[in-house]
Amino acid sequence: MSTRLANQGRLIDRSKQVTFSFNGTSMQGYEGDTLASALLANDQMMMGRSFKYHRPRGVVASGAEEPNALVGLGQGNRFEPNQRATTTELFNGLTSISQNHWPNLEFDIGSINTHLSRFLPAGFYYKMFIHPKPFWKHVYEPFIRQSAGLGKAPDKDNRDADTYEHFYHFTDVLVIGGGVAGLQAAKVAAASGAKVMLIEQTAHWGGRAPVDGGTINDEPVDKFVEQLVSELEAMDNVTMRNRCMGAGVYDHGYVLGYERLTDHKPGTQGPRHRLWRIRAKQVVTATGAIERPLSFAGNDVPGVMLASAMRDYVVNWGVTPGDRVIVATNNDDAYRTAIILKQAGVEVLRIVDARTTAGPLADEARQLGIQVDPGKAIAKVKGGKRVKKVELCNQEGIGGAREEVECDAVAMSGGWSPVVHMWSHCGGKLIWDEAQAHFRPDPSRPPLGADGEGFVLAAGSSNGPLALGDVLTDADAAGKAAAKAAGFTAKRTKAPVGETTAEAPMAAVWLMPANAEIGLRMKSWLDFQNDVKVSDVQLAAREGYESVEHTKRYTTLGMATDQGKLSNINGLAILADALDSEIPKVGTTTFRPPYTPISLASIGGEARGEVFQPIRQTPMHNWHDKNGADWEPVGHWRRTYAYVRPGESVHDAVNREVKNTRENLGLLDASTLGKLIVKGPDAGKFLDMMYTNMMSTLKVGKCRYGLMCSENGFLIDDGVVARIDEDTWLCHTTTGGAERIHGHMEEWLQTEWWDWKVYVANVTEQYAQVAVVGPNARKVLEKLNAQAGGGMDVSKEALPFMEWRDGKIGAFDARAYRISFSGELSYEIAVPASQGQAFWDALMDAGKEFGVMPYGTECLHILRAEKGFIMIGDETDGTVIPQDLGLHWALSKKKEDYLGKRAHTRSHMADPDRWKLVGLETVDGSVLPDGAYAVGEGVNANGQRNMIGRVTSTYYSANLGKGIAMGLIKHGPDRMGEIVEFPGTDGKTYKAKIVDPIFYDKDGEKQNV
Amino acid sequence: MSEPISALNHASFEGIAKVEECGLQGMITLRGDLSDKALAKAVKDATGQKMPGQREAFVEGESGVCWMSSDELLVLVPYAEVDAKLAAMTKTLSGTHSLAVNVSDARAVFRVSGTSAREVLGKIAPVELSAEAFQPGQIRRSRLAQIAGAFWMDDTETFRVVCFRSAADYAFNLLKVAAQPGSEVGIY
Repeated sequence: MSTRLANQGRLIDRSKQVTFSFNGTSMQGYEGDTLASALLANDQMMMGRSFKYHRPRGVVASGAEEPNALVGLGQGNRFEPNQRATTTELFNGLTSISQNHWPNLEFDIGSINTHLSRFLPAGFYYKMFIHPKPFWKHVYEPFIRQSAGLGKAPDKDNRDADTYEHFYHFTDVLVIGGGVAGLQAAKVAAASGAKVMLIEQTAHWGGRAPVDGGTINDEPVDKFVEQLVSELEAMDNVTMRNRCMGAGVYDHGYVLGYERLTDHKPGTQGPRHRLWRIRAKQVVTATGAIERPLSFAGNDVPGVMLASAMRDYVVNWGVTPGDRVIVATNNDDAYRTAIILKQAGVEVLRIVDARTTAGPLADEARQLGIQVDPGKAIAKVKGGKRVKKVELCNQEGIGGAREEVECDAVAMSGGWSPVVHMWSHCGGKLIWDEAQAHFRPDPSRPPLGADGEGFVLAAGSSNGPLALGDVLTDADAAGKAAAKAAGFTAKRTKAPVGETTAEAPMAAVWLMPANAEIGLRMKSWLDFQNDVKVSDVQLAAREGYESVEHTKRYTTLGMATDQGKLSNINGLAILADALDSEIPKVGTTTFRPPYTPISLASIGGEARGEVFQPIRQTPMHNWHDKNGADWEPVGHWRRTYAYVRPGESVHDAVNREVKNTRENLGLLDASTLGKLIVKGPDAGKFLDMMYTNMMSTLKVGKCRYGLMCSENGFLIDDGVVARIDEDTWLCHTTTGGAERIHGHMEEWLQTEWWDWKVYVANVTEQYAQVAVVGPNARKVLEKLNAQAGGGMDVSKEALPFMEWRDGKIGAFDARAYRISFSGELSYEIAVPASQGQAFWDALMDAGKEFGVMPYGTECLHILRAEKGFIMIGDETDGTVIPQDLGLHWALSKKKEDYLGKRAHTRSHMADPDRWKLVGLETVDGSVLPDGAYAVGEGVNANGQRNMIGRVTSTYYSANLGKGIAMGLIKHGPDRMGEIVEFPGTDGKTYKAKIVDPIFYDKDGEKQNV
Repeated sequence: MSEPISALNHASFEGIAKVEECGLQGMITLRGDLSDKALAKAVKDATGQKMPGQREAFVEGESGVCWMSSDELLVLVPYAEVDAKLAAMTKTLSGTHSLAVNVSDARAVFRVSGTSAREVLGKIAPVELSAEAFQPGQIRRSRLAQIAGAFWMDDTETFRVVCFRSAADYAFNLLKVAAQPGSEVGIY
């Protein structure tokens, strides 16, 4: 059984007991435990089931590389699936549930898949689910969704209880990894005076060196770490963060650090995760190495574990995964596990060494009374939910002549692979190290920065060296090199001297036994989470998958949430062998960020709840909100769609507003319309280029409606332009267009006409603008003036249609434009934004006797549609030109050039078959569906009905008592009176007559009074 | 004229830093050739300050001048004086190609103060805010999470933050989130 030892456990505090639960069972652990170590201490070896075959899975590693021990953590609004037990720090009240099983962990229906595994080989899904076609949607996909899928998603009604944030940080040198290599690199880099940041993913400094033993400068490793940490903490130019993982390295020295602030103490005030967005001149990756599993049959049975992980559990947490252990290895390092287990009082039955010779550690093991079997291998591990016995054989051969040994845990070591992820994320290349049988960073091909020089250096075992002394020397050099590359001068200091027992060379062992027969290969796991076995990769190779990237996708090797941290190298070695190729030729798959999964919420950062997205508000926003506003998003603005009164539907409100504005008085908050000041001696010339019509001839005090096209001739914006003085114009844009058109103007001024004397300023938000609309519009303004002595004469004579004046309206400094988008008598009045609400209040108050009502954007739309006025974004969609909309009158023939002019002469632009704007009236007065297409005779090459147009705007007009619409119809203006058919998505076909788009007051008499 | 009211009417919040809406601030966008003497005179007359260099801000209380781009300044004057100052500036600049325009009401201004003020800004603006890199006398035009914003320091623990008026509500809530209790980063 797995159990807590009486002594050992450098990271736990035995005086502080912690209570937690797993699948509803209450258990005890200690402060300092991980969930994995605490589960092992409670003899909970089986922690989950695999993805495909639902095979029992126990913890195999002790850190970030863990593929098996994934749990659902927490409850309610703090529930999170797929959390690794090995990186989850234990806390009081932790609740966890295992995953991938039904009905429960011990008995699982889905595990029948394991007996069908002969029929579920690599590529099974691809092969099986192609035929028959309808089966995919109705049979296969629902079944796969049911049986697959790791942890459960949080309940849809729960909301994450925690907050998250980003933080921008800038440093000369960033060191990723706080083991002895990272600490040493940080120290020498900081000694140069460089600003250094050191991040470590676990809660502890020193990495695994204190577990592995040896001495540094003749002192125990622990002591060295302690001293180095306190030295670094005392330096002002060093920032240290533990529980902060280097998640990804990107271009220009940009690195993401994922800090878990309160995962180990949920509910604490402050953010849960902080995503560090770091800019570093130089990055040192001191990310260590990960031990590889050995591929033998039954290497996935709970109780089979990495040798280093087993050592960690003993030394760090005082836990042994078994009472009687067998160690299988191809290197000397695993002997350390055997020795530590033995010294902790655990029975070590055998060390099975695939090699024939081992180093001095073997002698030490023998002296402790451990049997060492050179040249031997594990043929098969037996047991279902727990290791029961192991069959041993010779490494050479197919796995015959087996000897059976009863045991309850197996430690395996296939050698070590440097963690090259951070090196590789941004393009660092790797080389194959034959002696250590691993890929390591190629120092001559680092990730390159903007200056063409490398900006990442690998240090310590992540760079290849595995012996303590070599690790320290390498890290010391990397730290100094990083400081130098960041522009500092490193001090000439000696690297610390690390000493450990010398090791004999390891042997590359990719399969155990070397020529294992197919029965064994079918049970030799490469990817534990995704259930990919040696036989699957070999099958893929036989079926022609030569590229490692293709094999990965075909077999799902390395595609699980651990991204193949344990499986990739073993898998590609098997692939290389099957292809009769060499490992470096086969190569690795791509290392992509993040290193381990990070919370989506940390990526979102602060952007949730009320700051999920900026919502732009006009000065009268709160008034609208209190007065029944049904909101509509327009760009980032919120505009009132309609002001809904108690007892009204939105549709009722719109109809009321439409009628009242035509009959009495309506107020519209038009503050969102863009207002750009264009000034300078060349401003007129510039605006003549920007607009299709002539703006330079506009007289001071007058307004003109203008159209803007892109250089490709398509309509991009429209609005009223007012000439303010001799060299100043004010250009109104659409609500969504202010920033875009401002940018458009600046782009032309900065890149094309840089020598024209023009300045542009966006003053949109300086003003609250109110449209005062309706037959009573003048009356209310005159009343305001009478009340507060406003001096602006708003009479027809003093302020005619399409002119503007500055002056006082009531008590307000105002600029009034006699412009109308409704066809009624209308003033658009701009006042300073900080007085916008007061102005609105004054109008509402004075307007009472004139039947004033505020109106929203839908009313605005209906009023303009009744008048046949086009709307950018409704009648235009980026493919429409002014000619399509019958706006020829706005295309200046006098001007030599303007944006879009040349494009309008292109053959397709001048094509008489283009769809053109017309009015549409249904034969029965109903409302046409928005966006509906008009169908013509015949079918196209795809057998679809030919289309001859579409609806661009459609409304119910309360003033006219019927549906009205505009649309673009092929040869439309020539087909007045014809009936066109519009099939709706509701199955009905709507019939509409082509009519003039102006439905109301065709001569424009009402606006010009 | 009715009483002008700023976007959030002096709302405030206290977390790891104090966040306050400052109320109305007179602001003039001035575009022109920054090396032009008339421009320098107009700035000096309006604010008493000399022409700022790249990313510099010379601000005393409600008066000052901030560099916004190679041909744009933000001139700060007391709100009540903005019309008079703008008129004087326009007069000084008559005959000089330039654009001076009142944008006082187009903006919202916040004060973020306290020992963690740098960290609050460091969570929402991609700007190096260490004391070595950023000091009173400098300005950054950057972004505040999802909106455009600019800020300078009035003293070593106080930022003034400017954004568009329509985004005032977002900016205030954003600063509140960034200044939430318990969220000290421990860097600055």
